[in-house]
Amino acid sequence: MAVPILKQGDVLIASIQSALTDVDLVALRDALVEQVASHRTRGVIVDVTALDVMDSFASRTLRDLAHMIRLRGARTVIVGIQPDVAFAMVQLGLTLENIPTALDLEEGLAFLSAVRHAR
Amino acid sequence: MKQAEDNNFSISAQITCAEDVVVARQRGRTLARAMGFSPSDATLIAAAISELARNIVRYADRGELLLGKSEDGMLFVIARDNGPGIADVEAALRPGWSTSGGLGMGLPGVKRISDYFEIVSNAHGTTVTMRKRKR
Repeated sequence: MAVPILKQGDVLIASIQSALTDVDLVALRDALVEQVASHRTRGVIVDVTALDVMDSFASRTLRDLAHMIRLRGARTVIVGIQPDVAFAMVQLGLTLENIPTALDLEEGLAFLSAVRHAR
Repeated sequence: MKQAEDNNFSISAQITCAEDVVVARQRGRTLARAMGFSPSDATLIAAAISELARNIVRYADRGELLLGKSEDGMLFVIARDNGPGIADVEAALRPGWSTSGGLGMGLPGVKRISDYFEIVSNAHGTTVTMRKRKR
C-alpha cells in the first residue's frame, strides 16, 4: 500500500490512507527523505488520521523519518493522531519525543509557515 | 485466517509476513469490540497484537497467533513460534532493551497493559500469553 505524497508549495504532504505494514512505513520514510531534496522542500507533513495503530515500530519509524528529514534541512510535523491511538500510545509508553505534532493538516501547515517565518 | 471450532470467539492466524501482522491486529480489534471493549481499549489490544505478531516475523520468521475469550471473560492473545527463543527474558521485558536495533518498547509495553502476562521461552520456541480484562 503506497502512501501518496503531494506537493503544496515547498511542503510535502504524505497522507496515509489505510493501515500500513512495517514494510509500507519504511518505504514511506525512505520516499520522503528522498523527495525532500528533489522538490527543494522546507517542510513535511505526515497525516496519520487513517492509521489504525501506532505501535513501537510505527513510532520509531516516524521519529527516524523526522530526524532524517531534519538532517536534510527540512522540518516534519505529524498530524491527525486520533484520540484512541493517543490513548494507546500513552498506555504502551510510546512517545514521538520532540517531533512536532498538530491537530490536523491545516494546523500542520500553519506550524510550518510559522517556523519558516521565524528563520 | 480461519475460525477455530472449539470456542465461540477463537481466532487462529498464521503469521509469516508484514501483511499478516496488520490482518491479525485488525481481527483482534474486531474481536475486542465484539466482546464489549471500548474503542480505546480495542485500539490498545490491536497495538499489543501488532507487537507480538511483529516479534514472530522478526525473530522466528513464522508462528501462530490465537485470540479469544478466556473462561474468566478476559480477552486472551497467545503468540507462539518455534524460533530460537529469547536468551534473556528478563532483559527483553526491560524498556529500551533490544537485540534487533528496535526501540525495545514492544514487549514491555504489552506487559504493562496486560492483566495477565507470561512468557515461556526456550531453544525450541517462544510462547507469549496475555489477557486483558474489560474495564
